Amino acid sequence: MNAWLAQHRRALTLTGRQIAASPVARTFQALVIGVAITLPLLLYLTVQNLARLAGQSDADARIALYLAADATAKEAAAISTRLDAHAGVAGHRFVARDEALRDLKQRHDIADLVDALPKNPLPDAFVVRAASLRPGDIEALRSEASAWPKVALAQLDSAWAARLDAGLDLARSLALGLGTVLAAALLAVTFNTIGLQIVNRREEIEVSRLIGATHGFIRRPFLYAGVVQGAAGGALACAFAGVCVFWVNEQLRGVAALYGTELAARALPAGDALAVIGFSALLGWLGAWLAVTRHLLRLDSQLDAR
Amino acid sequence: MIALERVGKRYPNGFDALKSVTLAIDTGEFAVITGHSGAGKSTLLKLMAGIEMATTGTVRVNGQDIAGARRALPFLRRKIGLIFQDHKLLYDRSVFDNVRLPLDITGFPPRDGAKRVRAALDKVGLLGRERALPITLSGGEQQRLCIARAIVHRPSLLLADEPTANLDLDYAQEIVGILSSFHQVGVTVVVSTHDLVSLRMVRPRVIALARGALWQESEGRGEPVRDDVDLDGARVES
Repeated sequence: MNAWLAQHRRALTLTGRQIAASPVARTFQALVIGVAITLPLLLYLTVQNLARLAGQSDADARIALYLAADATAKEAAAISTRLDAHAGVAGHRFVARDEALRDLKQRHDIADLVDALPKNPLPDAFVVRAASLRPGDIEALRSEASAWPKVALAQLDSAWAARLDAGLDLARSLALGLGTVLAAALLAVTFNTIGLQIVNRREEIEVSRLIGATHGFIRRPFLYAGVVQGAAGGALACAFAGVCVFWVNEQLRGVAALYGTELAARALPAGDALAVIGFSALLGWLGAWLAVTRHLLRLDSQLDAR
Repeated sequence: MIALERVGKRYPNGFDALKSVTLAIDTGEFAVITGHSGAGKSTLLKLMAGIEMATTGTVRVNGQDIAGARRALPFLRRKIGLIFQDHKLLYDRSVFDNVRLPLDITGFPPRDGAKRVRAALDKVGLLGRERALPITLSGGEQQRLCIARAIVHRPSLLLADEPTANLDLDYAQEIVGILSSFHQVGVTVVVSTHDLVSLRMVRPRVIALARGALWQESEGRGEPVRDDVDLDGARVES
């Protein structure tokens, strides 16, 4: 156990020394990785913030049933009973025309205008929450309810949100695709930089092998270098994304002020940032492992050929 | 300790460096493998260290068949001290770090390791030069540094390939003296060289090769090196 710890300590020390020996080159390598990770990270953050703005999925499942102007209380009660019994309805709320008018006056500060109307123009309505979140099920419920007696109009309140959600799904897929491609790029960058380090330290590797170093001993410092490089790149990507969110928020603040509202993009949560750093460290490790293993296999085959 | 049985070595270019060599070296022996250039001395030593693999026959070190123990080879090498003709030092590391490398490989605790390194450097007369870079050392000092690295982990077998090459007689005898001191404490020493003059004082067993075959061997162990080992003759006769 002590020997194992001593070897890890040595590998870490060696990695630290090598980083200290070429700080500029190492910083630029981490920058390349950081920029590569920043792109999908920003796309992910955009998707997350738009999804939050869209009020998320349950907004998609709301249908407004506007009753005919001549619908009686008895007919409204019959519709309420049908909604209670319907398996596709998770809940519903009756909004009387007077309540709707009061709400209109309060919300939009147009009391004078509304008071000037000869009579209440608003119909009675039901706000229905669908049990299913699938767009097809919601549309079927809307279509069915629109055919019920005394239902003048059945409107999917958040059709726009459904469209946005579909767009967000597409953006999520794009972020995933871009993330996968750039993860492969990160792997290639690490493979290449660790490959160069191996070339620079070829003599040391060969001497170490001659005096009894195992593959594990030779791999270890390179694996640590890969992990450090990947983690540094991930941390830089999180920092870049944080700066971008800050900049966007500065711009949004001015726009939102014009509309009398507050609008701010949310930064990457700490847990997600740690996941990004961990994932890029893992990719760094994998790139380094592939580079060293390739070199060791080549040395082994040279031994076979001798 | 070392047993070679009908060992042959053919390189990819078709050159037969060794042809059916059978020999045994016992624990505690001081053996010298000699012969003309290209006789197969270094190849024989590389086979013993598992740096190269025999094409035919078997090489056993401490009872272990080297060809059959590829995964165990690093652990076998940790029991061997290797001294190279070209030193194979790490020129960007200090003298101290070069000598410490075998201890790092075995995971030796750093504090105890430092004592061992200083003891090894003291043994070869380089104590006080720990911080120096190998490039600042003379050829003889670099060879002594190579010996310090080979003995720091206290191996039971020392394999030295042309340890006195390119050294004048005084330096060469100094190196031989160091090797002899390890032999005297029970370490098996195998030296490949064509410099028999420097080795005369240690009375080793001499194994002479000619064109890859065992050509001549001193009859008894520990007997003086024979002046009549005629390497030029070997080149002609074999």
